[in-house]
Amino acid sequence: MSADPVQNQGPAPRGEPIYAADGHELPDDVYKLYPSSHGVPVADWATDFDHADPEYNRNAHEIWDELRSKCPIAHTERYGGTWLPTKHEDVRAIAYDTENFTSRQVIVVNGRIDPAKSPIGQAPPITSDPPFHQMARKLLLSQFRPNKINPLEGDIREVCRQRLDDLGEIEPGETIIDAAAQYAQHIPPAVISRLLGFPPEDDDKFRYFIHNVLEEIDAPPEQKRAFAMEFDEYLDAQIEDHRQNPRDDLTTYLINAEIGGQPLPHEQVRGAILLLLIAGIDTTWSAIGASLWHLAQNPADVERLRKDPDVMIFALEEFLRAYAPVTMARLVAKDVEIGGCPMKEEDFVLLPFPAANRDEEFIENADKFIIDREVNRHSAFGLGIHRCLGSNLARLELRVAIEEFINRFPDFSLPPDGDQTQWSVGQIRGPRALPLRIG
Amino acid sequence: MRLQVNSELCQGHNRCMVLLPELIEADDEGYAVVLEDGSVPEELLHKAQLAVDNCPEFALTLEDD
Ligand code: SF4
Repeated sequence: MSADPVQNQGPAPRGEPIYAADGHELPDDVYKLYPSSHGVPVADWATDFDHADPEYNRNAHEIWDELRSKCPIAHTERYGGTWLPTKHEDVRAIAYDTENFTSRQVIVVNGRIDPAKSPIGQAPPITSDPPFHQMARKLLLSQFRPNKINPLEGDIREVCRQRLDDLGEIEPGETIIDAAAQYAQHIPPAVISRLLGFPPEDDDKFRYFIHNVLEEIDAPPEQKRAFAMEFDEYLDAQIEDHRQNPRDDLTTYLINAEIGGQPLPHEQVRGAILLLLIAGIDTTWSAIGASLWHLAQNPADVERLRKDPDVMIFALEEFLRAYAPVTMARLVAKDVEIGGCPMKEEDFVLLPFPAANRDEEFIENADKFIIDREVNRHSAFGLGIHRCLGSNLARLELRVAIEEFINRFPDFSLPPDGDQTQWSVGQIRGPRALPLRIG
Repeated sequence: MRLQVNSELCQGHNRCMVLLPELIEADDEGYAVVLEDGSVPEELLHKAQLAVDNCPEFALTLEDD
């Protein structure tokens, strides 16, 4: 198998894909695999970008700004060909265009999922296309509407307070905590496992699963296959347990749900749960972490939030705009030209909503964080039919997590020896380690 | 002034109902519903304009009667 890292420098070659039909063993449902360019340094962000390069997320704002001004739709040969628009206008147009772009695959990797998976995909409705998409989405929307989500506030507050208590003895001016690993990362898994009715002690498992799905983009196929089996087995056991012992939670809801008078097949129940875990965890903890990273460097914003809690209604949206964590992806469904770029069937297109949110043509003072910005049409949760269906929950978690943190610690900053934040790799941008000194 | 939601465009971001709970509700799936006939009393005009200006899908409009 020729998926070994290419060792030479310079732009990574796309290479010829390996097809499952050639007798090679490929991961389940993947029918085509391009050679990996893992570890090959990026030669030029406009022609050779790699969202899995550790430099990418760390410097994302600068990279996007530069691309937007020089090469608004960048291209790389990596992952079998990938495009990266950075202007709001282009991101928006592609997000709405369900004819030329399919959601069959929303995470950019070297393999291509079998087109026969459409229009349902592996994790409906995020991987679904119309018209099936709407049916799958309808099922879940009713479970995430505001009056289902708002009552969770008390529980979320309790989770946050418990985590802060668990930090132990804090010596002001001395203690350094990791606000990502010790705080942010624990909130969404606890919340989503309660909703799904999964064992609360499995939170650590979720973090392991999610890391593997989202950050191990280039892992060898055998490793991916073993991991997918492990994840599926875990979910199957949870679903089976709920079949035996139905209860009032989302898993039981999905088991009992019907589309067109038929119960959902097991794979769709599992796919939807997979989606809720993947989409609900990393994204939200990344938003919480990035917001705390901002506040650690802007004590005036902390002060404003504490003195004038009403500003939160605008501040929340500004955190989401300025530090939006999620870049979605699409596959080109048929050859199409966008902004003069010839996009070929089965090329990937990244949709960096965070870059769109920082487009000066779209919003004034795009590079500034304005805590009481009143007009803020940001698209942190995506646009069009795939708008994040958990956005009400994510907002609630983000707001409560910030409120509880700044109430407990009115004074916190980056450590004395500087910013040691480690940023994620891949399509979700957020701190993975965030050492902060509590003042 | 009258507030209207274009339900073809609305994707249920729920930004509008947070800013203008007096006039906007969510339906069973979280899409926006404008209460009554959408007439906006004077004292809610600013809030209504904010809701319009914050909808990511450009789904809300505020027009003269
Ligand atoms: S903000 Fe716009 S898209 Fe969201 S619910 Fe209101 S009208 Fe619909």
